[in-house]
Amino acid sequence: MSPIDVAPQEKTTPLSATRVVNDFSIQVATVNGSGSQTANLVLLRSILLMGVPVSGKNMFPSNIAGLPTWYTIRASKRGYVGRKKEVDFLVAMNPETAKEDVMTLEPGAAVVYDEPLKLNELRSDLTFYPAPFDKLVAAVCPDAKLRRLVRNMIYDGILAKLLDIDLAYMEQALSRQLGKKAKAITLNAAALKAGFDYAETTFTKQDPFHVEKMNATAGKILIEGNAAAAIGCMMAGVTVVAWYPITPSSSLCESLIGYMRKYRIDKETGKATFAIVQAEDEIASLGMVIGAGWAGARAMTATAGPGISLMSEFAGLGYYAETPAVIFDVQRVGPSTGLPTRTAQGDLLSTAFLSHGDTKHILLIPHSVEESYELAMVAFDLAERFQTPIFVMMDLDLGMNNWMSDGFKYPTKPLDRGKRLTPEILAKLGEWGRYKDVDGDGIPYRTVPGDGMPAFFTRGSGHNPKAQYSERPDDYVNNVDRLSRKFETARTHVPRPIVDTDKDARIGIIGYGTSHWAITESRDQLREETNVKTSYLRVRAYPFTEDLVKFIDAHDRIYVVEQNRDAQLAMLMKLELSPERCAKLRNVLHYSGLPIDARSVSDDILAQEGFEVTKRFTPASASSMTGGE
Amino acid sequence: MATVPLKVNRIGLEPQLYKGGKTTLCAGCGHNSISERIIEAFYEMGVDPQQVVKLSGIGCSSKSPAYFLGSSHGFNAVHGRMPSVGTGAMLANQKLIAIGVSGDGDTGAIGIGQFVHLMRRNLPIIYIIEDNGCYGLTKGQFSPTADLGSTLKNGVVNDLQPIDTCALAIQLGATFVARSFSGDKKQLLNLLKAALSHRGTVMLDVISPCVTFNDHEGSTKSYAYVKDHDDPLEEVSFVPFFEDITVEYEPGSVQEVKMHDGSRLLLKKLDEAYDPTDKIQAMRTLHETSRRGEFATGIIYIEPDRDDFLKQLNVVDEPLASLPLDRTRPPQAALDEIMESLR
Repeated sequence: MSPIDVAPQEKTTPLSATRVVNDFSIQVATVNGSGSQTANLVLLRSILLMGVPVSGKNMFPSNIAGLPTWYTIRASKRGYVGRKKEVDFLVAMNPETAKEDVMTLEPGAAVVYDEPLKLNELRSDLTFYPAPFDKLVAAVCPDAKLRRLVRNMIYDGILAKLLDIDLAYMEQALSRQLGKKAKAITLNAAALKAGFDYAETTFTKQDPFHVEKMNATAGKILIEGNAAAAIGCMMAGVTVVAWYPITPSSSLCESLIGYMRKYRIDKETGKATFAIVQAEDEIASLGMVIGAGWAGARAMTATAGPGISLMSEFAGLGYYAETPAVIFDVQRVGPSTGLPTRTAQGDLLSTAFLSHGDTKHILLIPHSVEESYELAMVAFDLAERFQTPIFVMMDLDLGMNNWMSDGFKYPTKPLDRGKRLTPEILAKLGEWGRYKDVDGDGIPYRTVPGDGMPAFFTRGSGHNPKAQYSERPDDYVNNVDRLSRKFETARTHVPRPIVDTDKDARIGIIGYGTSHWAITESRDQLREETNVKTSYLRVRAYPFTEDLVKFIDAHDRIYVVEQNRDAQLAMLMKLELSPERCAKLRNVLHYSGLPIDARSVSDDILAQEGFEVTKRFTPASASSMTGGE
Repeated sequence: MATVPLKVNRIGLEPQLYKGGKTTLCAGCGHNSISERIIEAFYEMGVDPQQVVKLSGIGCSSKSPAYFLGSSHGFNAVHGRMPSVGTGAMLANQKLIAIGVSGDGDTGAIGIGQFVHLMRRNLPIIYIIEDNGCYGLTKGQFSPTADLGSTLKNGVVNDLQPIDTCALAIQLGATFVARSFSGDKKQLLNLLKAALSHRGTVMLDVISPCVTFNDHEGSTKSYAYVKDHDDPLEEVSFVPFFEDITVEYEPGSVQEVKMHDGSRLLLKKLDEAYDPTDKIQAMRTLHETSRRGEFATGIIYIEPDRDDFLKQLNVVDEPLASLPLDRTRPPQAALDEIMESLR
């Protein structure tokens, strides 16, 4: 069967009459390990180069090769970068999932697929573009062994033609992606061209989707949150890093290693101004960080939920021994073989109180790559100011996906190295006690080994203000009460929430982290589609600041949007809110492992507000992904 | 009128500065003897207590850093995880001198993972196991170094294989592995002095009987048993780098090991020729003495020249903890370059 015979079907809805410009999502379904990442990133960057706001999300299995993987690219003239629930354009390259991928599309979507899959037989309300990938790649890549690597570039060429993406931008993106590998660039460019030419001579455009040049991305960068956080850590002057590989946090430390090797080698001696150790586990990672922080270094680790669980005991010791530490938690779904490669905001509650005894920690919650960079620096300052572990709560969606951003600003503020005892301060104080609250803010002065100042013996909770061993009830109570006082001081030092108030709004939305992107888009949907006005507060830290109560008081109903089952932020809030305020809280929860999307948020809020919500299609096949063990 | 000159060491410090708090361990506990030897060794070697960090895990042994070097910083970490805290401290400031005190449970059971990886890294640290074959602080349960057939006070017999921490340390790459007995003052003191001259991981297993829970007949870690079954491999003498002493000995009777700081370790051969730089002989000897129900003591294995962990990491010579901002924050141009690469 020749490709022309099958494409496109006559029954296809004539949607092409309405042009949909710069507002659609492309999903590429491939097999893990098939080398689709280059093709996907080239597609992503070429749209960016066209000046169109774009985002890319990888939905991949816990597997090196063989299981299905989906990459979603969203172009949005309005700058929406959250996940779009509906897939508008499917590239079906994986025989295993192709049928389900097609069956879950909304009517009117378009499908580019590998011809032998015969997907056109499945539905009549879609536009199909079959292409003989094997034949096309064979023609441009004589070496059979290399074909697997360039095969995916064919669909980039096809999409360039079908979506009006200038081939020159694709070629530019390709050179960017492959750097100096001239041979690889030539091969891939040939595949790109082959796909483009095939589409040009074979297909008649039937779908409504187009990319048109805009001017909304000048100066923008594309970066993953983990790399952004890594740059922040380097700029914060981190010197000791200990880590243990775990998805989705590994790339934070791996990026950091790359940057530090490039920018933190002493020019004169060729030696490193840092030490990075891959530890034996997460317990040792945090142990090293606490040891280094205790000895005066800026030290950090990065992990995910399972690592956080293992760090529990040390986190408590850090809290009681009052040792600075910075811990990134790139959150993901559940323990063991679960969904280690899927996103969630499920560690909030357990991390806030991580460890045994009365323990509470400062959490920072970035929502963007830029904020990951900035809060990384804030985290080190707060860790030394408050002499305690600081947790930076990211998630897989932020950490491992590609986000468009403005370039990061060079830090201008000096570092805050916290309260360190100096001869001058000692002279002023007269007498020093390691755990003595001389300023009334709960924060004592500390000394570190080798600084020439008085030494002390560091223990857990059993000590008096002079750091002497004590099991006296009054010493214990005084100490934990001072720690509470310190936590209260932190309330006025942590980043305040970002509040956007609509003066006509009766409804308030509270969210955090990557839910932000779905929330801002949802607020537009609510306002434009149903005239529901909302205000919005984005929490950036725990402990909460006074802004939270003010916001709740200013609205009748508060929707707390989270990516977990148990409404963890709402629970944390309820611990300190009055019953009247608690009664205002409602939950919008999303916990499928996929990044939260605006439509789900809007539908949930509208349903709770008493609107009739039309039942929509379930999310694309990703929601029912299964894989072999 | 002449005043009696105060007794000071080579850096002019009084013995008092090397002492610690009053021990809260049982009277006669072997650990107290070890603390006394540590005080002597650090005083006599003229180590600056301000540069020392004392680290420990949890257990009777791990309490002991409070009883020596009271003017040094100490960190009582969590159970079995002292190696990581010590590693972090040394990465932060490689000018520090780290001494870690652990026990046989803290090392051999809950801490075996961190112990194993500490040995692999050759971090500069003196790691002492105060080894009594039982858990003292929780009232006498067997630990992983309890010998086969050894009994508890209540008659329960250990039928599990013991972990030989020295054999394990050698296999894992530790560069200074020794065993001693808390009752052998001279040997232990010389081993500790030698440990202070070594740059790399020193693993020192000191059999230190628990007088309360493991000193009865039937225990292989009682004073009486250890005294009878101590099998020194060599007579250990130590000549520090700051003492110009010539020692006369018959050719072939003494093995001299040159330490990192220029000190000399003199190992006088006893019954049979033992070469502590030979890994294979070391392993064989440990197995043979153990089969005889004895403890080989002295320097079991030594490799004075291997690069330590900080050298492997190619870290600058200054402490990382106190590097100024202009050396730890790259310039604006670096950020600009990174941003440009992402456009």
